[in-house]
Amino acid sequence: MKAFLMYDGKDLGRGAESSTTSRALARDLDLERLFTAMAGGDPYLHDAVEGVLLTPLATVGDIIYRQQNLIDALEKPDAVRALYALAEETVAAEKKIYHSIFFNYPDAILRRSIQSLELLIGMMRRLRTIAEDNKDKFSSPGFTRFFTMISDEINEDYFQLATSHLDLLRLRHGVLISAGLGYANKGEQYTLRRPNEPDGNWMRRMYKRQDESYSFEIHPRDEAGARALAELHNHGIALAAHALDQADAHIVSFFTLLRAELAFYIGCLNLRHALETNGAPICFPKPEPMNQHELGARNLQDLSLVLAGTAGVVGNDMDAAGRNLIMVTGANEGGKSTFLRSLGTAQLMMQCGMFVCADYFTSSISNGIHTHYKREEDAELQSGKLDEELARMSAIADNLTPHSLVLFNESFAATNEREGSAIAGNIISALLEANMRVVFVTHFFDLAHGFYAQHLPDALFLQAQREATGRRTHRIIEGEPATTSYGGDLYHQIFRQPFGAITDTPAGPALTGPLAGTG
Amino acid sequence: MLSPTEPIMVAEPGTKPFSSILFMHPPAAPVRPGQDSFLADLQLNQIIQNVTAGREPYDLTPLFLSPLTSVEEIAYRHQVISDLEDGALRAMIDSWARSLQNMRSHLAQAAALRYLYQREAVFVVAAECYCAAVEALRRELDDADPASPGLLALRDHLRRYADSDAFHTLGTDARGVLTGLSELRYCLRIRGSRVTVSRYSGQADHAAQVQETFQRFQQHALGGYEDKGRTIIEMDHVEAMVLDRVAKLFPDVFAALDRFFQDHQAFADEVMLRFDREIQFYLAYLDHTAPLADAGLHFCLPTVSASKDLRVEDTFDLALAHVLAAKHRPVVCNDFSLRAPERIFVVSGPNQGGKTTFARTVGQLHYLASLGLPVPGTRAELFLPDKIFTHFERGENTADLRGKLMDDLVRIHAVLHQATPESLVILNEIFTSTTLADAIDLGGKILGTLTDMGPVCVCVTFVDELASLNRATVSMVSTVDEKDPVKRTFKVIRKPADGLAYAMVLARKYRLTHDQLKERIIP
Repeated sequence: MKAFLMYDGKDLGRGAESSTTSRALARDLDLERLFTAMAGGDPYLHDAVEGVLLTPLATVGDIIYRQQNLIDALEKPDAVRALYALAEETVAAEKKIYHSIFFNYPDAILRRSIQSLELLIGMMRRLRTIAEDNKDKFSSPGFTRFFTMISDEINEDYFQLATSHLDLLRLRHGVLISAGLGYANKGEQYTLRRPNEPDGNWMRRMYKRQDESYSFEIHPRDEAGARALAELHNHGIALAAHALDQADAHIVSFFTLLRAELAFYIGCLNLRHALETNGAPICFPKPEPMNQHELGARNLQDLSLVLAGTAGVVGNDMDAAGRNLIMVTGANEGGKSTFLRSLGTAQLMMQCGMFVCADYFTSSISNGIHTHYKREEDAELQSGKLDEELARMSAIADNLTPHSLVLFNESFAATNEREGSAIAGNIISALLEANMRVVFVTHFFDLAHGFYAQHLPDALFLQAQREATGRRTHRIIEGEPATTSYGGDLYHQIFRQPFGAITDTPAGPALTGPLAGTG
Repeated sequence: MLSPTEPIMVAEPGTKPFSSILFMHPPAAPVRPGQDSFLADLQLNQIIQNVTAGREPYDLTPLFLSPLTSVEEIAYRHQVISDLEDGALRAMIDSWARSLQNMRSHLAQAAALRYLYQREAVFVVAAECYCAAVEALRRELDDADPASPGLLALRDHLRRYADSDAFHTLGTDARGVLTGLSELRYCLRIRGSRVTVSRYSGQADHAAQVQETFQRFQQHALGGYEDKGRTIIEMDHVEAMVLDRVAKLFPDVFAALDRFFQDHQAFADEVMLRFDREIQFYLAYLDHTAPLADAGLHFCLPTVSASKDLRVEDTFDLALAHVLAAKHRPVVCNDFSLRAPERIFVVSGPNQGGKTTFARTVGQLHYLASLGLPVPGTRAELFLPDKIFTHFERGENTADLRGKLMDDLVRIHAVLHQATPESLVILNEIFTSTTLADAIDLGGKILGTLTDMGPVCVCVTFVDELASLNRATVSMVSTVDEKDPVKRTFKVIRKPADGLAYAMVLARKYRLTHDQLKERIIP
């Protein structure tokens, strides 16, 4: 019995191990804010959605399967939350029983196992009730299959069989064990046996040879003997307890995995609530097969800014169909990084079967999403910044496969423009030749214009919009790379304008630190 | 006095019964190992300890303390070693050794058990283990293609032995008893203080039934049931009472067990037991050298003869290499050769440059060769010394220089008194405790005496003059890195002694050569 609510015919799995690359991705896309919104204060949910987000799907079919389940969940939130609550309660209750009794006494272990199994049988009854109530209300393949499976497999006959085993294992009539002789004639292969039913035919019973047997009794004053016998007896009890434990573990593992799979949907319910509160757009994206270079968006907003409660977040439109290189240039603090992050986040959420923060979003599936951001804020990286950047790039390269998406933000800016451009240019060309999609945010004119001059049909050049007055709209528009990065504007804005003017600028990333990276 | 020149007798394989894998003609009396001081000076004690480590039960040390005295016996061992370099052959002998170790641990276990039925059962396991080992080795040796007279003779012996009626009976009986025991099944019913033992009659596995009922919930494989706390082999008396009832239920099986124990007390063949020990002599050494060979060092079977013309390439100190390899540090290899009339290596050069190591290496090589073992190096032509003498610095009483010089002289005199033309003499740092003039004078006299006598000699000294004393002396010098004189190369090469070379390099480093200093002084 498998829930299969996250994958069609596959368990959720353990989730990707946290790696340098995955940590960089989470940090660069500011995923923590997303996890927090999805978790709604529940650390278990936090971990669960983090695991899912770090394990993106790779086929259109997988994404559609999860999207359909999610649509079902968004439409019937109460049923899904009830199911999740049951799974949560079961796992917690069983854990409590498990930890409440000393392990060393086999009698106690057996009692605990029986108690635990009784509890779980009760939970199974409740699960069946939920399934019966909802199997006709859901329409996604995942939830429909799940509810049908529960009501088919866990029926009255099954409950009866389970209860009868439970009764026998209370061992009211002593214990029957079979054994063979092992090394040094020690008893081994102890197996718990169910006594044979008496033969119904009295004639046969009469003529059957009485089974030869030898009995002995431990003398009441033989304390060592009593201990030894107890040990043997305990062995039988341990076998019974173990059988129950296994049953117990199977059932708990079912509820545990159910909880883990439902966690994603609960997280999405929480996220929808948060986005609706902030009035942000929501749509289900359209995944396209790998290697199609499909990419387009309307009113694509940065989830991180939205969740931070920023007012008036600017959405961007983009048509990058058929493009494998997107180069974003233009004014500092003009929304380039925000745009890059919104793109990366949307791609990732799409590949996890989620809705995205836009009116419309479509993209080809990527084999992996990698980010390479400038890390100027790292105090510990005083020496050898370029060294560090290249090392990080090398680490990314270790994990790159064709059809990956690589997002660069002001990379290789630790050295001068000429060197940085040359390094970046070589890397970009190599990645494109290896069938990757690259989005590169840079203030290096040399780099951006170098590619522009090549008139590559598959390249798209975007820039942060800047009005004639020098005011930034935080909108990203198409256009030829411009020569300056308008760092001077910022300088003016901060040092020349009258006090109070700064706060009137449209919402955007908070101004941070010195004006680093001015071209 | 031992002589390497006794007539060589070639024994046809199989013409005489096999008795030892180490000796063509086993010594009549057990070898009485010597404990000479050269073993410590050459760090051979250390090597032997390293080589035999982990094989203590075989008591191999006496074997390593018994050098051979004839080229013929050395050849007998070389041939066995050549066979053992075949991985398949090696594997079958390792497997044999493991089986015999198991046999011995079962016998020890049996002796320690209190209840007779337990003791007997483990005894049968030991016997079965032995039979399987003999049969496997016989089968595998039949398929193998050994070339050494030693292993060929062993194979003949093994064939005769394994085909004997006595051995056949032993195996059949042991297996019959064990099968009988392992096949029986009984049931225990425990209710209160009463235990009932009966034969098993098809009762269903209750745990499996429960397991089956709840299997459908299973999400992933669970760990198997660990049978904790029942690993003590010794039974308690309740278990013993159960076993007694089981014996009553299956009387034939237990009668056969009793009979086997009475009939087969000393079941193992003496010759095979001796082989089991002696083959470990080779394996211990090969296992010791294998990791060094993996690290890029070389071992070879030396050509051992009566000729004192020596030639060795890429050799090294085995004791030092073991230490360095453990730290993953490189081992420096050296070459040396002697051609008549050369007899004496005079080793000079900067301290800590590998002089003593070189001297030790020469000694180790000859000793290991006399054990019939491979030696460090890509090729080695060595001679078989009748005795090895060493004179190394003793740390004691450096204040009393006169006493120390006296002690040196007394010890060297003793060496000269005992040495023969067929000996190997290694003198390390003699006369450090006297004046240079004395050292030149005394050293010259002693080397002169050794030249006249004719043994092969290694003399480590700071006295350059000794290096070009006469036609018998060969000058070897430890060297330093030209660019960084603080760095030793640990290479000891044949070249004229020049105590100043090192000082000149060092001077250049500090810009204190003649020309440099002059330039610096110019205002």
